[in-house]
Amino acid sequence: MPSTFDTVAGIIAETCDIPRDKITPESHAINDLGIDSLDFLDVAFAIDKAFGIKMPLEEWTQEVNDGKVSSDQYFVLQHLCENIDALVAAKAA
Amino acid sequence: MRLEYFQMVDRVSALDPEARTISADCTVPEASPIFEGHFPGYPILPGVLMIETMAQTGGWLVMGLLRFSRMAFLAQVKEAKMRAFVAPGQVLRAEARLLHDGSGYAVATGRIVSGEKPVAEAEITYRVMPFPNETLRQELLKVARRVAVPAELFDE
Repeated sequence: MPSTFDTVAGIIAETCDIPRDKITPESHAINDLGIDSLDFLDVAFAIDKAFGIKMPLEEWTQEVNDGKVSSDQYFVLQHLCENIDALVAAKAA
Repeated sequence: MRLEYFQMVDRVSALDPEARTISADCTVPEASPIFEGHFPGYPILPGVLMIETMAQTGGWLVMGLLRFSRMAFLAQVKEAKMRAFVAPGQVLRAEARLLHDGSGYAVATGRIVSGEKPVAEAEITYRVMPFPNETLRQELLKVARRVAVPAELFDE
């Protein structure tokens, strides 16, 4: 079974036409990979479908905009994957 | 349909919140300035207006399911296919099904049929966000009532 990161990286590579080898756990989806907000909707849709979750993007974005957290917390892929795992676990609980 | 006013949906004939589907009647007008340009001597409904018709139909579905607490803005159209020409006076049915209700976005499939004949289809993504102002919300509610969006989907 592929790891969460492998699945997410595959989605980003396919959806945003970014070479898979440029996508690392340390990549920031926006700052490093240059994914814009429209492409991120596609990524979010694919992630939601793949994991059977609803990522709370609005809540995350609000927290970043309010300065409560750094965007790294949600958009560096390693952290994004941790958040996805937490959502999957919460759904299963 | 009042094409020049972008009023593409005449009447919502069915909206099923459980199945997350909508169906709407849309009759192409016999005359419109749009047909003077598209095309002279051969009037047909522009494909972009078929896309708009599907987008508006799905938009009523998305906003209705949210009880008009938020606005659905067209963000993306994928796999749009215009399968048949549509002439003035033609009676159409537009349908949409919500594929996914995401956080701040929604994805739906739309299609248009004439009788049972497929006319157009697309996958449509919406940005779903607070209404930018109350004026827009009130105006949209007026239109929603006019096109017969089910009353139980209005909070007020």
